[in-house]
Amino acid sequence: MKRVAALVVALALIGVTTWLVWPSAPDVRGQDQKITVVDGPAGDQRVELDTTFFPPPGGGKAPVVLLAHGFGGSKQSMRDQAVRLAQEGYAVLTWSARGFGRSTGQIALNSPDYEVKDVQQLIDWLAKRPEVQLDAAGDPRVGIAGGSYGGAIALMTAAFDQRVDAIVPQITWSDLADALFPNAAATAPSAGQSSAAEEGDAAPSGGGAEQAGGVFKRMWAGIFFGQGVSLDATSLLGPRDAAGPLTPEQARCGRFLPEICDVYQKVAETGTATPEAVALLRRSSPVTVADRIKAPTLLLQGQRDSLFPLSHADANANAIAAAGTPVSMGWFDGGHDGGNGEADWLFEQSSAWFARYLKGEGSGAPPVSAFTVTRDGGRDPGTRQRILLHPETGSYPGLGGTDTTTVELQGPEQNIVNPPGGSPASISTVPGIGGLLGGQAGGVSIDMPGQSAAFESVPLTTPLQLTGSPSATIRVSGQGTATLFAKLYDVADSSQLPVLPAGLVAPLRVTIPEGAGSVTATVQLPAVDHRFAVGHRMRLVVTTTDMGFATPAQPATYQVSLASPVLAVPTVRTLAAAPTGVAWWVWAMPLASVVVATVLLAVGRRRRPARGASPLEGNLATSPNGATVTAASASADGGPDVPLEIRGLTKAYRNGERAVDGLSFRVEQGQVLGLLGPNGAGKTTTMRMMMGLIQPDEGEIRIFGERVTPGAPVLSRLGSFVEGPGFLPHLSGRDNIDLYWAATGRPTADAHFDEALEIAGLGKALDRAVRTYSQGMRQRLAIAQAMLGLPDLLVLDEPTNGLDPPQIREMREVLKRYARDGRTVIVSSHMLAEVEQTCSHVVVMQRGRLVSTGPVSQLLSSAAVANGHGPRLEDVFLDLIGDKR
Amino acid sequence: MTTATGYAPNRTLPLRVEFVRQFKRRRTLAMFGLLLALPWVLVIAFQIGPQRGQEQSLRISDLATQSGLNFAAFALSVSASFLLVVAVALFCGDTVASEANWSSLRYLLAAPVPRDRLLRQKLIVALAYSASAVICLPLMALLAGTLAFGWDDIQVPVTGEVIPALDVLPRFGIVIGYALVSQLVVAALAFLISTMTDSPLGAVGGAVGLWIVCTILQAVEALGVLREFLPTFWNNAWLDALQPELDWSGMTKGASVSITYAAILIAVAFRRFRHKDVVS
Repeated sequence: MKRVAALVVALALIGVTTWLVWPSAPDVRGQDQKITVVDGPAGDQRVELDTTFFPPPGGGKAPVVLLAHGFGGSKQSMRDQAVRLAQEGYAVLTWSARGFGRSTGQIALNSPDYEVKDVQQLIDWLAKRPEVQLDAAGDPRVGIAGGSYGGAIALMTAAFDQRVDAIVPQITWSDLADALFPNAAATAPSAGQSSAAEEGDAAPSGGGAEQAGGVFKRMWAGIFFGQGVSLDATSLLGPRDAAGPLTPEQARCGRFLPEICDVYQKVAETGTATPEAVALLRRSSPVTVADRIKAPTLLLQGQRDSLFPLSHADANANAIAAAGTPVSMGWFDGGHDGGNGEADWLFEQSSAWFARYLKGEGSGAPPVSAFTVTRDGGRDPGTRQRILLHPETGSYPGLGGTDTTTVELQGPEQNIVNPPGGSPASISTVPGIGGLLGGQAGGVSIDMPGQSAAFESVPLTTPLQLTGSPSATIRVSGQGTATLFAKLYDVADSSQLPVLPAGLVAPLRVTIPEGAGSVTATVQLPAVDHRFAVGHRMRLVVTTTDMGFATPAQPATYQVSLASPVLAVPTVRTLAAAPTGVAWWVWAMPLASVVVATVLLAVGRRRRPARGASPLEGNLATSPNGATVTAASASADGGPDVPLEIRGLTKAYRNGERAVDGLSFRVEQGQVLGLLGPNGAGKTTTMRMMMGLIQPDEGEIRIFGERVTPGAPVLSRLGSFVEGPGFLPHLSGRDNIDLYWAATGRPTADAHFDEALEIAGLGKALDRAVRTYSQGMRQRLAIAQAMLGLPDLLVLDEPTNGLDPPQIREMREVLKRYARDGRTVIVSSHMLAEVEQTCSHVVVMQRGRLVSTGPVSQLLSSAAVANGHGPRLEDVFLDLIGDKR
Repeated sequence: MTTATGYAPNRTLPLRVEFVRQFKRRRTLAMFGLLLALPWVLVIAFQIGPQRGQEQSLRISDLATQSGLNFAAFALSVSASFLLVVAVALFCGDTVASEANWSSLRYLLAAPVPRDRLLRQKLIVALAYSASAVICLPLMALLAGTLAFGWDDIQVPVTGEVIPALDVLPRFGIVIGYALVSQLVVAALAFLISTMTDSPLGAVGGAVGLWIVCTILQAVEALGVLREFLPTFWNNAWLDALQPELDWSGMTKGASVSITYAAILIAVAFRRFRHKDVVS
């Protein structure tokens, strides 16, 4: 117990020390700084930017990372991320963009004339900092990361400033005009043409706004421009930075640049894109300048994003990669509509990207794959919690995937109506609150009756992993310009609601040519990564309304049919879970444990080497019962003929009290030795040591010259009965005896079962379970067991307990006869009269010490003759132990 | 060296003898009886329970009646977390402690059966009984399920894919194999306690108790990655073997943790017992 307690204390000490000494993350201190920049088309507007600079905590010069906040946020939103990044050994600068937080100026939507110029001057400022590593004079080693609005400034700055060395734009746009006025349809007038003609018709992406203008993304645009609603949830929590009552101009436009405000108000009113609006939005769109980006770009786009869907990252990736710049793409579980967010994974990926392109190849950072997709990985085998997998592939295949699976859709031509006023509207995603709902399955999708046409596949026979943007070709009949929404549902069965992957819809605006009566449109459905399970159906739904978009107020009726029954589903064959490899501990731990186990066993092999127990070559003698005896060391003491010799035997209890104390005696062959002593004299302890059950602290026991150790082979010549019988209670007496002998591994013929069982005298009871035996029966059976194989040395502890007088008498004869054959018997007993009659010699012990030893006759004759009759052993005994009463 | 005729240390306590000594015990027979009867009890429960409609759910318990294989997987899933733990703890925790309790241990040691050999033989026999317990339950469940629900292809939980029955049989072997390996740590723990106490129930209860503590600790998410090194953490990793894509990662980790603990616990058991003063 003491050792256990000591171990616990030691472990606790080690734990506490480790906890105290363990290197904590370096302390990062931010320096608040107002930096004045000059921007505007003419370069004449002074703006004061509120920044925080985090020097590298390790000191020295380090690459610098600019962290840009999202729309509605400020430098405060990036603080935690900045600290974490600084701890990785970077200098970090966060700033509130013009028009946000405590910075002055107005929002110009990441315009090259405004925000881009601001950031360029921030880079100038950084180039002068002593903590920042420089590539050249005035050119710091700099990366930019940020989400949404901050992601766009990363792209825009990298396009306009070649000093930028790496960027990680997240959930951002490539074309703001396309984001707010998307059109997923490519049309071809088809007055009765066969659909086969259009099969090769590739759908231009992002071209929608240029044509007739796409469908106005009303709700998102309202949130984006409405200053009261923030895209950044954290800014809602903190105190508002804005101070003072609003002027009428502020109330109208907030902190927007008035020209942007005007354009937006016009657009929002009509719901159609004006050329000025498109031109303005394009100026703030990376896609127009992406071919100038030379900084390696890691695009992280959310799969649950109806504002800037995956197709925007795709357009950016294609444009940047076309210029030969390294691009990696990640589709994670998050985006403007919520989802997991994967903050840690995003940080790891960004950190790895910067490590590679800012710190250099040799930084030991894990590589970032060209294309990574976050997928539901089922449940963790340990916690059964949902886990996310990150399968990856070495090249980004685009929204068309590496392969295309065609799924046949069925369904007749269907009539759909646009309700007057566009209400009630179907629901796919509710912008701005998707993150609050946070559902895994994509929230609620409702199609209003009468407004939708559905085309369905047969149940899938194999699972289908859609990765990219599927396409279908539909024919729309009717008049005028139709605003429609296409979505692809995953339909499990009638009992479950159909799932709209990521809650995404593809809005399309198709103009039916005058007199043609119908138009054929190829629809690029939203890009998603979704697994359609076996037995599920794919359902293409075309509706006339969607709550998130502006739809015409005029009632209208259209007929929608499939121009081609084929739904082209892109798949990416090469996407495989990252070969995480086997964690090092998986193989190291068992190996280490085997080593530890071996050491544990090897170190604890022998507490004390047995002296003189080494077997020597010698003449073979045969013991009385035929046992083979190899003569051991022929020392004068304790030779192979001496059945038992005890020298200096000492055994202390845990509390230090000695149960046996310096005991020495010797038993010769043919003796029947009585081991006498009051309770607690150490008789049983001595016998246990003879059996090798207890290890002596000092001294030794030799049986036939062999030192007794636990399991010493010489114990096979010892028969013992100590401290009561020990049988398996569920077995019969006979089975117990048989199995005991079998356990010794010796030949059955040597057992002498009959002789032993005769001593037990159990008769028919021998075949009953031992648990039914009386105390005496067990006692006799145990003595019989001790005599199995007629051992040369028989040790019996209180053998006559529980025996009746005839049996005692018989036992006496048995023992005498046993010794007469040249064997040796040691008996401990309290019944002194019994000992007197049975034993030839006695050993008297008290408090663990030897008091007297010798033949019984000698002991008796030495005693004084008392009160007339001859000396009794009882008197001698009481005299010896000094307990005369 | 002087020994009795015919005595050889490496012939003592043959496995056959130890098997017989343990087999006739009531708790052995009762435990096997329970494990063999459980699948039939489950079958009856499924038969008399209210039939669910055609509603297609993909939970393992709802798929149990789809086929014999599904049923066997279900039976294993409900018993692996506790019943099999108790069975294994019983066979391994009882083996030495009960001998000490009956006092027969000292006569075996004085026979003499060398201490390392005694532990080795007892461990082998206890592990063999534990293994048969772990194996017999799913096999009987397979038999009962096949008779009751037919020999159909297995339907995978969660995804609902169907795998041909013959393809899944080897997977089933993996499941049973992993269940065996993951129970190794229970066996080792029970065995270690068994060498330290005279009370068989103490050994069994101690092992099961520590197991429960581990299961509780596992629920403490704050422990983070440390939980992966709890012996119970990977207990259900065998479910991965029934997925369409066989995923070894969880099972290798589980096996690694299990073997690590088992090796050390068993080594400690041998080391302690080798020099222990046997006073029972």
